[in-house]
Amino acid sequence: MYRYDERDHTIIQERVAQFRSQTERYLAGELSEEQFLPLRLQNGLYIQRLAPMLRIAVPYGLLNSAQLRRLARISRDFDKGYAHFTTRQNLQFNWPQLEDVPDILAELAEVEMHAVQTSGNCIRNTTSDPFAGVARDEIADPRPYCELIRQWSTFHPEFAFLPRKFKIAVSGSEADRAAIRVHDIGVQIVRRGDEIGFQVLVGGGQGRTPVIAEQIRDFLPEEDLLSYLEAIVRVYNQLGRRDNKYKARIKILVKALGAEEFGRRVEREWEQIKDGADKLTDEALAWAKSFFTAPEYKTFDGAASDTALRAQADDDKAFSRWLERNSFPHRVPGYRAITLSTKPTGVPPGDVTDRQLEAIADLADEYSFGEVRVTHEQNVVLADVPQDRLLELWQAARKHGFATPNIGTLTDMICCPGGDYCSLANAKSIPVAEAIQRRFDDLDYLYDLGDLDLNISGCMNACGHHHVGHIGILGVDKKGEEFYQVQLGGSSSENASLAKVLGPSFSRAEVTEVIGKILDIYLEQRRPEEPFIDTYNRIGLQPFKEKVYAKAS
Amino acid sequence: MPKPASSGKAGPQPANPAQLILDGRIAANEWRLLPQTDEEAGITAESLAPGKVILPYSLWQPLRSALAPRKAEIGVWLDSDETADLIGKNAGELPLIAVHFPAFADGRGFTTARLLRERYGYQGELRAVGAFMRDQLTYLRRCGFNAFAYEGEQPLSGLLESLNDFSESYQAAVDQPQPLFRRRGLV
Repeated sequence: MYRYDERDHTIIQERVAQFRSQTERYLAGELSEEQFLPLRLQNGLYIQRLAPMLRIAVPYGLLNSAQLRRLARISRDFDKGYAHFTTRQNLQFNWPQLEDVPDILAELAEVEMHAVQTSGNCIRNTTSDPFAGVARDEIADPRPYCELIRQWSTFHPEFAFLPRKFKIAVSGSEADRAAIRVHDIGVQIVRRGDEIGFQVLVGGGQGRTPVIAEQIRDFLPEEDLLSYLEAIVRVYNQLGRRDNKYKARIKILVKALGAEEFGRRVEREWEQIKDGADKLTDEALAWAKSFFTAPEYKTFDGAASDTALRAQADDDKAFSRWLERNSFPHRVPGYRAITLSTKPTGVPPGDVTDRQLEAIADLADEYSFGEVRVTHEQNVVLADVPQDRLLELWQAARKHGFATPNIGTLTDMICCPGGDYCSLANAKSIPVAEAIQRRFDDLDYLYDLGDLDLNISGCMNACGHHHVGHIGILGVDKKGEEFYQVQLGGSSSENASLAKVLGPSFSRAEVTEVIGKILDIYLEQRRPEEPFIDTYNRIGLQPFKEKVYAKAS
Repeated sequence: MPKPASSGKAGPQPANPAQLILDGRIAANEWRLLPQTDEEAGITAESLAPGKVILPYSLWQPLRSALAPRKAEIGVWLDSDETADLIGKNAGELPLIAVHFPAFADGRGFTTARLLRERYGYQGELRAVGAFMRDQLTYLRRCGFNAFAYEGEQPLSGLLESLNDFSESYQAAVDQPQPLFRRRGLV
């Protein structure tokens, strides 16, 4: 993983000092609420329903065990012993005191962490594939590019006050596990002959106007990554709407100009700067890549290792289930990537305790070279586990509550904190998630349903990604009462699509039954091996609608 | 996008404080800034009072050639929706360009400043005017501003501290033309 040098440390320590002074000036009344707002937001600090919320940056989801232990300590010393993994691969504390935030930032800086640009109208933390570097279908490891983007965007003087927040995601595989089509900029690594480059998409996003990003460049040479991003953001900074915050995202500008015209303007800007100082040198690329080399893998006979693992699985159905759902094929023979599920029934998705953070650190040290990745589905990945230690890892993970074998299934849902925590929410989301988990807790039934993304948001800001859930649930407010709109057919994959609203919304009590009916239709109509999303795409919304809204006869 | 050069302006207008920060020091403001109002719009080259004056772009543009003999004392200010290319290569003939921040959250002026310096080679005084705040000074300076006509309530001495909140930076800008990846002791 990337390691700070002296200059990175200087920058982050100067940030801590700057924010300490800003907090003091705010508490002394020298900074108004309005002036402090963007400053604290660019430091990840929100004022929420119950207390401040502090969002810590986890660049492209990568954490080491020392960082996990420090996060655990911070959650104990400054919070209530909880932390929350977010859909942007970040981590949030829900109960810190405003006065303590500078000290928390100082603690983070010691382990090369910060809360820079985790909120506010600036370039946010870059996100990526949690299986970066290990996936078999990878064209190139996205992390060196993500790190270069992190450095370029950190305290970018020109782009700290954009019209709106700005999100970039990078995928190194053809299968998109970074949801790049619902980002302001999606960067897809591609290979042309011997050359690595990027397909560039712009103008995707969720929120109240969901849009799938459009391609503006088919192939961008590797060395031009930063100058091209600079050109895009510069055009947006100049032309993006600033009169209405709901129309200020780049997706609105791209729609207004048309992707072609937007792309032309970017190219015109880029022509002027492409051979400037931002052009990545061979040395810089080699340097960035040097931080993401393979760990010291042991050499295994892949076939023998697979056979041994199969024998263990045959002996233990529960272990076999976990392997089936929670492990991911690795490019190195004899290894697998393992997802630790944060979603046992009854725990808010993404929530972990201080002890669990420490347990994750221990598991990472013991089984996966001391590193983990946070996923945008709010789980945690151990990317490099030798197969001959999986049984042992499974037993250890079970002890700490991380072995729920539900990855990719209905109960592995994305869920925002909702009305229990968030002051923007129209409705609660955590109790809805829990009710669905309780109703559909039969593993055989879940496995029969297969891969199914169910995403829940407590309001139209769409933090729970309901637009791109195969089944999406959106909390809405009707005259002070909570209702839930159900949507079908969304996807954040390489075949990204936006979900369509099924029809009138439901009370909270009705939601699980409605989900049950939707699943019934799927089970009736599917062809052998056909996943939910494919059945939906084949038969459309109507059959689901008829069943759900049928009058009792 | 560029707006038509009409007179009258509903939005906030920049103030013209008596003191400012210039090249890292507190200095007296020697310039008079004309707001974009109907009253000022009637000004002609003949009726413009003598002395150093900063004209709104919409006024300067039509008077430019008529004011050529006085060009050492004629500056221009751009509003946040007026892009750097409006002045473009003519920047060289101006001793002062000011960029207006009608609200601190309106960040278009950062791009305007960088383009004036980096693309159009502007060497003169580049002044931030309007509602920017102390905590933006480092960013403003990095984008090429060397003068700050601050309108807020904090003393200018306090602002001087914030000019250099950061001693190091990752990306290229006007103050540091080489990004850190080119300066990390690489060949």
